[in-house]
Amino acid sequence: MRRFNWPLWLGFLLSVVTFFSYFAVFIWYPVTRDFPWANLLLFLVAAVLLFLGLRRAFTSDRRRSKILAAFVTTLGVVVIAFFLFAFFIGGRQLPASSGAPQVGQKAPDFTLTDADGKSVSLNELLSTPVNGTAPKGVLLVFYRGYW
Amino acid sequence: MAISVDSPETSRGLMQQQGYTFTFLSDPNAETIRRYDLVHAGQGEGGHDIARPAEFLVDSTGTVRWIHLTENYWVRARAEEVLEVSKLLK
Repeated sequence: MRRFNWPLWLGFLLSVVTFFSYFAVFIWYPVTRDFPWANLLLFLVAAVLLFLGLRRAFTSDRRRSKILAAFVTTLGVVVIAFFLFAFFIGGRQLPASSGAPQVGQKAPDFTLTDADGKSVSLNELLSTPVNGTAPKGVLLVFYRGYW
Repeated sequence: MAISVDSPETSRGLMQQQGYTFTFLSDPNAETIRRYDLVHAGQGEGGHDIARPAEFLVDSTGTVRWIHLTENYWVRARAEEVLEVSKLLK
Protein backbone atom coordinates (compact mmCIF):
# COMPACT_ATOMS: atom_id res chain seq x y z
CA MET A 1 0.00 0.00 0.00
CA ARG A 2 1.44 3.36 -0.97
CA ARG A 3 1.07 6.41 1.24
CA PHE A 4 1.26 9.90 -0.20
CA ASN A 5 4.44 11.60 1.03
CA TRP A 6 2.73 14.78 2.08
CA PRO A 7 5.64 16.28 4.11
CA LEU A 8 7.87 16.14 1.05
CA TRP A 9 5.44 17.90 -1.27
CA LEU A 10 4.23 20.36 1.33
CA GLY A 11 7.83 21.24 2.15
CA PHE A 12 8.62 21.85 -1.49
CA LEU A 13 5.45 23.86 -2.11
CA LEU A 14 6.15 25.94 0.98
CA SER A 15 9.70 26.72 -0.12
CA VAL A 16 8.46 27.97 -3.51
CA VAL A 17 5.56 29.95 -2.04
CA THR A 18 7.83 31.46 0.61
CA PHE A 19 10.28 32.56 -2.07
CA PHE A 20 7.63 34.48 -4.00
CA SER A 21 5.93 35.76 -0.86
CA TYR A 22 8.89 38.04 -0.21
CA PHE A 23 8.20 39.94 -3.43
CA ALA A 24 4.41 39.69 -3.24
CA VAL A 25 3.84 40.42 0.44
CA PHE A 26 6.76 40.99 2.76
CA ILE A 27 8.54 43.57 0.66
CA TRP A 28 5.73 46.04 1.39
CA TYR A 29 6.46 46.17 5.11
CA PRO A 30 9.86 47.59 6.13
CA VAL A 31 9.99 45.27 9.14
CA THR A 32 9.96 42.13 6.98
CA ARG A 33 11.64 43.75 4.00
CA ASP A 34 14.85 44.99 5.57
CA PHE A 35 15.54 41.65 7.24
CA PRO A 36 13.43 38.79 5.85
CA TRP A 37 12.80 37.08 9.17
CA ALA A 38 9.30 35.96 8.10
CA ASN A 39 10.73 34.23 5.06
CA LEU A 40 13.55 32.70 7.09
CA LEU A 41 11.01 31.22 9.52
CA LEU A 42 8.89 29.83 6.69
CA PHE A 43 11.99 28.42 4.97
CA LEU A 44 12.91 26.70 8.22
CA VAL A 45 9.49 25.02 8.35
CA ALA A 46 9.85 24.03 4.69
CA ALA A 47 13.31 22.56 5.35
CA VAL A 48 12.00 20.51 8.27
CA LEU A 49 9.13 19.20 6.14
CA LEU A 50 11.49 18.31 3.32
CA PHE A 51 13.74 16.46 5.74
CA LEU A 52 10.76 14.53 7.18
CA GLY A 53 9.61 13.69 3.67
CA LEU A 54 13.06 12.53 2.68
CA ARG A 55 13.33 10.34 5.75
CA ARG A 56 9.90 8.85 5.10
CA ALA A 57 10.87 7.98 1.51
CA PHE A 58 14.07 6.33 2.65
CA THR A 59 12.28 4.06 5.13
CA SER A 60 10.17 2.64 2.30
CA ASP A 61 11.28 -0.22 0.03
CA ARG A 62 10.55 1.59 -3.19
CA ARG A 63 13.65 2.83 -4.95
CA ARG A 64 11.68 5.23 -7.11
CA SER A 65 10.31 7.00 -4.04
CA LYS A 66 13.84 7.58 -2.76
CA ILE A 67 15.07 9.05 -6.03
CA LEU A 68 12.02 11.31 -6.36
CA ALA A 69 12.30 12.43 -2.74
CA ALA A 70 15.99 13.20 -3.13
CA PHE A 71 15.26 15.21 -6.26
CA VAL A 72 12.39 17.22 -4.76
CA THR A 73 14.36 17.90 -1.60
CA THR A 74 17.30 19.14 -3.63
CA LEU A 75 15.04 21.47 -5.60
CA GLY A 76 13.57 22.84 -2.39
CA VAL A 77 17.02 23.41 -0.94
CA VAL A 78 18.09 25.16 -4.15
CA VAL A 79 15.12 27.54 -3.91
CA ILE A 80 15.99 28.39 -0.31
CA ALA A 81 19.70 28.76 -1.05
CA PHE A 82 18.97 31.00 -4.01
CA PHE A 83 16.89 33.33 -1.88
CA LEU A 84 19.52 33.47 0.85
CA PHE A 85 22.23 34.16 -1.69
CA ALA A 86 20.23 36.85 -3.52
CA PHE A 87 19.40 38.65 -0.31
CA PHE A 88 22.45 38.36 1.89
CA ILE A 89 25.15 38.26 -0.75
CA GLY A 90 23.70 39.66 -3.97
CA GLY A 91 22.05 42.58 -2.21
CA ARG A 92 25.33 43.63 -0.71
CA GLN A 93 27.21 43.85 -3.98
CA LEU A 94 27.15 47.62 -3.98
CA PRO A 95 29.77 50.18 -5.02
CA ALA A 96 31.40 52.15 -2.19
CA SER A 97 30.14 55.53 -3.45
CA SER A 98 32.78 57.32 -1.40
CA GLY A 99 32.50 60.28 -3.77
CA ALA A 100 28.87 60.94 -2.89
CA PRO A 101 28.21 64.36 -1.32
CA GLN A 102 28.63 64.22 2.44
CA VAL A 103 26.59 66.00 5.10
CA GLY A 104 27.58 69.67 5.04
CA GLN A 105 28.63 69.63 1.39
CA LYS A 106 26.70 71.24 -1.42
CA ALA A 107 24.49 68.91 -3.44
CA PRO A 108 25.67 69.10 -7.07
CA ASP A 109 23.14 70.94 -9.22
CA PHE A 110 21.49 69.09 -12.08
CA THR A 111 18.79 69.59 -14.70
CA LEU A 112 16.73 66.53 -15.58
CA THR A 113 13.45 65.77 -17.32
CA ASP A 114 10.37 64.93 -15.28
CA ALA A 115 7.66 62.41 -16.24
CA ASP A 116 5.84 65.04 -18.35
CA GLY A 117 8.94 65.95 -20.29
CA LYS A 118 9.56 69.21 -18.41
CA SER A 119 13.03 70.30 -17.39
CA VAL A 120 13.60 70.42 -13.65
CA SER A 121 16.71 71.88 -12.03
CA LEU A 122 17.66 71.32 -8.40
CA ASN A 123 18.68 74.91 -7.71
CA GLU A 124 15.54 76.24 -9.37
CA LEU A 125 13.42 73.88 -7.30
CA LEU A 126 15.05 75.05 -4.08
CA SER A 127 14.50 78.73 -4.88
CA THR A 128 11.00 78.61 -6.40
CA PRO A 129 8.22 79.23 -3.85
CA VAL A 130 5.56 76.55 -3.51
CA ASN A 131 2.09 77.93 -2.72
CA GLY A 132 3.65 81.23 -1.70
CA THR A 133 6.22 79.82 0.75
CA ALA A 134 9.89 79.07 0.14
CA PRO A 135 10.68 75.34 0.08
CA LYS A 136 12.50 74.07 3.17
CA GLY A 137 14.41 71.54 1.14
CA VAL A 138 14.27 68.60 -1.20
CA LEU A 139 14.53 64.86 -0.67
CA LEU A 140 16.45 63.15 -3.46
CA VAL A 141 15.66 59.47 -3.79
CA PHE A 142 17.95 57.64 -6.19
CA TYR A 143 16.64 54.22 -7.15
CA ARG A 144 17.69 51.36 -9.43
CA GLY A 145 14.96 51.83 -12.00
CA TYR A 146 13.64 49.24 -14.46
CA TRP A 147 10.38 49.04 -12.51
CA MET B 1 12.17 63.65 -6.07
CA ALA B 2 12.86 60.16 -7.38
CA ILE B 3 15.78 59.82 -9.78
CA SER B 4 16.73 56.81 -11.91
CA VAL B 5 17.80 55.88 -15.43
CA ASP B 6 14.18 55.13 -16.41
CA SER B 7 12.78 57.26 -19.24
CA PRO B 8 10.01 59.84 -18.57
CA GLU B 9 7.50 57.52 -20.23
CA THR B 10 8.45 54.63 -17.94
CA SER B 11 8.22 56.87 -14.88
CA ARG B 12 4.85 58.24 -15.96
CA GLY B 13 3.55 54.68 -16.35
CA LEU B 14 4.82 53.82 -12.88
CA MET B 15 3.28 56.97 -11.39
CA GLN B 16 -0.11 56.23 -12.94
CA GLN B 17 0.01 52.60 -11.90
CA GLN B 18 0.98 53.28 -8.29
CA GLY B 19 -0.69 56.66 -7.83
CA TYR B 20 2.52 58.49 -6.93
CA THR B 21 2.30 62.29 -6.92
CA PHE B 22 5.89 63.27 -6.19
CA THR B 23 8.30 64.25 -8.95
CA PHE B 24 10.07 61.56 -10.94
CA LEU B 25 13.17 62.63 -12.85
CA SER B 26 14.91 60.76 -15.66
CA ASP B 27 18.66 60.42 -15.88
CA PRO B 28 18.95 57.98 -18.81
CA ASN B 29 22.71 58.35 -19.26
CA ALA B 30 23.32 58.25 -15.52
CA GLU B 31 25.17 61.60 -15.69
CA THR B 32 23.72 63.00 -12.48
CA ILE B 33 23.97 59.56 -10.92
CA ARG B 34 27.66 59.61 -11.81
CA ARG B 35 28.17 63.09 -10.36
CA TYR B 36 26.70 61.84 -7.10
CA ASP B 37 29.01 58.78 -7.31
CA LEU B 38 26.08 56.36 -7.19
CA VAL B 39 26.77 54.38 -10.35
CA HIS B 40 26.18 50.65 -10.07
CA ALA B 41 27.84 49.50 -13.26
CA GLY B 42 26.16 47.01 -15.55
CA GLN B 43 23.29 46.09 -13.23
CA GLY B 44 20.45 47.18 -15.47
CA GLU B 45 18.94 45.15 -18.31
CA GLY B 46 21.39 44.78 -21.14
CA GLY B 47 24.29 45.70 -18.90
CA HIS B 48 23.33 49.35 -18.47
CA ASP B 49 24.64 51.39 -15.57
CA ILE B 50 22.03 52.18 -12.96
CA ALA B 51 21.96 53.99 -9.63
CA ARG B 52 22.53 52.22 -6.33
CA PRO B 53 19.76 53.16 -3.91
CA ALA B 54 20.52 56.33 -1.95
CA GLU B 55 18.58 59.14 -0.30
CA PHE B 56 19.80 62.72 0.27
CA LEU B 57 18.03 65.42 2.23
CA VAL B 58 19.03 68.84 0.85
CA ASP B 59 18.09 72.10 2.57
CA SER B 60 17.05 75.37 0.93
CA THR B 61 20.68 76.51 0.57
CA GLY B 62 21.50 73.36 -1.40
CA THR B 63 23.49 71.83 1.44
CA VAL B 64 23.22 68.12 2.16
CA ARG B 65 21.81 67.59 5.65
CA TRP B 66 21.30 63.80 5.70
CA ILE B 67 22.32 60.88 3.55
CA HIS B 68 21.18 57.27 3.56
CA LEU B 69 23.42 54.75 1.81
CA THR B 70 22.47 51.20 2.69
CA GLU B 71 24.78 48.20 2.68
CA ASN B 72 22.13 46.06 1.05
CA TYR B 73 19.94 47.23 -1.79
CA TRP B 74 16.90 45.40 -0.46
CA VAL B 75 16.99 47.79 2.50
CA ARG B 76 15.55 51.28 2.03
CA ALA B 77 15.06 54.32 4.23
CA ARG B 78 11.88 54.03 6.22
CA ALA B 79 9.23 56.72 6.01
CA GLU B 80 9.36 57.45 9.76
CA GLU B 81 13.11 57.92 9.52
CA VAL B 82 12.77 60.39 6.67
CA LEU B 83 10.00 62.32 8.41
CA GLU B 84 12.10 62.51 11.56
CA VAL B 85 15.11 63.75 9.63
CA SER B 86 13.11 66.29 7.65
CA LYS B 87 12.59 68.14 10.93
CA LEU B 88 16.22 69.20 10.51
CA LEU B 89 14.98 71.55 7.84
CA LYS B 90 13.08 73.90 10.18
